[in-house]
Amino acid sequence: MVDATIPTRRAVLAAESSAWDRLKSNRHWLGYWFMLPALLILFLFLAYPLGLGIWLSFTDAKIGRAGEFIGLENYEWLQGDSIFWTSIFNTLLYTIVASFIKFGAGLYLALLLNQHLPFKALIRSAILIPFIVPTVLSAIAFWWIYDTQFSIISWSLKKLGLIAINIDFLGDPNNARASTIFANIWRGVPFVAITLLAGLQTVSPSLYEAATLDGATRWQMFRHITYPLLTPIIAVVMTFSVLFTFTDFQLIWAMTRGGPVNATHLMATLSYQRAIIAGQLGEGAAIATAMIPFLLTAIMISWFGLQRRKWQQGENND
Amino acid sequence: MASVEIRDVRKAFGATEVIHGVNIEIEDGAFVVLVGPSGCGKSTLLRMIAGLENITAGEIKIGDRVVNDVPPKERDIAMVFQNYALYPHMTVAANMAFSLKLRRAARAEVEARVKRAAEILGLVPYLDRYPRQLSGGQRQRVAMGRAIVRDPQVFLFDEPLSNLDAKLRVAMRTEIKELHQRLETTTVYVTHDQIEAMTMADTIVVMHDGIVEQIGTPLELYDRPDNLFVAGFIGSPAMNLVKGRIKANGKAAFTGPNGVQLPLASAPSHSEGRPVIYGIRPEHFTIADDGAEAEIVVVEPTGSETQVFAKLGGEEVVAVFRERHQFNPGDKIRLKPDPRLVHLFDEATGKRLNA
Repeated sequence: MVDATIPTRRAVLAAESSAWDRLKSNRHWLGYWFMLPALLILFLFLAYPLGLGIWLSFTDAKIGRAGEFIGLENYEWLQGDSIFWTSIFNTLLYTIVASFIKFGAGLYLALLLNQHLPFKALIRSAILIPFIVPTVLSAIAFWWIYDTQFSIISWSLKKLGLIAINIDFLGDPNNARASTIFANIWRGVPFVAITLLAGLQTVSPSLYEAATLDGATRWQMFRHITYPLLTPIIAVVMTFSVLFTFTDFQLIWAMTRGGPVNATHLMATLSYQRAIIAGQLGEGAAIATAMIPFLLTAIMISWFGLQRRKWQQGENND
Repeated sequence: MASVEIRDVRKAFGATEVIHGVNIEIEDGAFVVLVGPSGCGKSTLLRMIAGLENITAGEIKIGDRVVNDVPPKERDIAMVFQNYALYPHMTVAANMAFSLKLRRAARAEVEARVKRAAEILGLVPYLDRYPRQLSGGQRQRVAMGRAIVRDPQVFLFDEPLSNLDAKLRVAMRTEIKELHQRLETTTVYVTHDQIEAMTMADTIVVMHDGIVEQIGTPLELYDRPDNLFVAGFIGSPAMNLVKGRIKANGKAAFTGPNGVQLPLASAPSHSEGRPVIYGIRPEHFTIADDGAEAEIVVVEPTGSETQVFAKLGGEEVVAVFRERHQFNPGDKIRLKPDPRLVHLFDEATGKRLNA
């Protein structure tokens, strides 16, 4: 019955309806209709700005003046700009050092929080505080902690008799780098710790019991069971951590604005300074665009790191 | 291989005591099954032997050594877990070799032992696979292989078959039993399934609420349960238990609900009018003219036997016959228990009364 009626209905539809009507009712198009809202959002807020940014980097646009296409001139100009190269060095230093320490400290905290502790739930939520405080607020707090006159660290060390004069946290280039990296670590560790903790909790306790009976020490259990089982989630969390750190802007801008003498300028802050503060949209866009290869590299590394490992494949019927 | 001795062992979690003084002696090479309903403490006891739980009071000896304070890895035991606890990121071979590698055994020795275990268990084609790529039964075997390669003093099994389907469970039951006959390693096996216990054990330990109810060979427990709990727990379908009183004067008999008279071979002394529970196994009923009248409720033919559910003095009993009876619900039959095979239990204490 059903089979017999469908062709005739189709035939009628085809004869009476326009192409637009068919598009509205065709099942094959239905999927595309459902995807349309997401597609629009992605295009409007991701693809279009990205494309516009890349296009701007090939123009001499300034604020208030549409630019003209100038080819690679912005990039050629940046090649000879030592501040640009400093910012790349700073960004790599910032990302690599902060990410390594965030991973180490995050893993350590996660392992610690996975033990039976008194007030476990309370401590776990407390760990998240640096992550949920708005970045600018924590940056301002750090600004005060690092203040040349009123720094609580300097004050404490002086009271303890360890130093004679205040430490110039944000005035000295290397101190400033270390201080901003520390602030970034403080902010980023909770994310790593909580995510890894979630990963740790998926490891069945009976595996540790089996390993105990097999004669494994605590270190061997970590080395042969915890760590290998955690690698997939480490790949995910470190990808995000590296991307967030590489593109960090708020902390630096609120604390140092890239100073002193550009020692803490990251590519993101330099791009903002050139494009918005100085009004050189084209040049700022070129700096931002120069971040893309680095980010793509990070993504590719994690992509291969994230490939399902052989032991994760196969039937999952347990 | 070694004997295991459990002496007055207690276990408390905080203020709650879950094992109240247990004494079990396990001979070298024996296959002992701890059986009981869930929450009876059997798994906790096994984990105490393994060293995964500490012992609140009492003493556990493996061989001649008191192991209360010996860490698990030095107890020389191997355990098969209910969920197998296979390392998901290691191949079958690596899973089995893990303990040997930790002991820094020579490579050739590791390989030889893994190969031998794999041959015993029929796992040779699967050595390079990961646990996820195996079926339930194969994983079960890998878990056993991991235990075998270590050649331990004692094997501990914690409900190893409960994650398998019914058919596989029966097959693995036989395999484990064969394995034990081949390796002759002392084995402690925990299960809640009394059929598993009956078919596999040399000695069964029936546990209930943290105490040992009875220890004995499967047939001892079946033929002479010490108390009501064991009587009801061992055997399927379960033993019929009927409340009533003893009539000792004259020919011994038992008066059940609604005046039903059931035969007794003999009554314990000074027991006239004593409230007791009369136990009779389903297969110890016969149909006889001098039996008690019962009304058929349901008949369940299984092919090899016929299970008959009937009301005897208003109480439902089950009888099993090797013959194929054609009864209809509501039919009246006369059931006669074999008086020599009757079990009598004290109604208040649940203890066995007759010899």
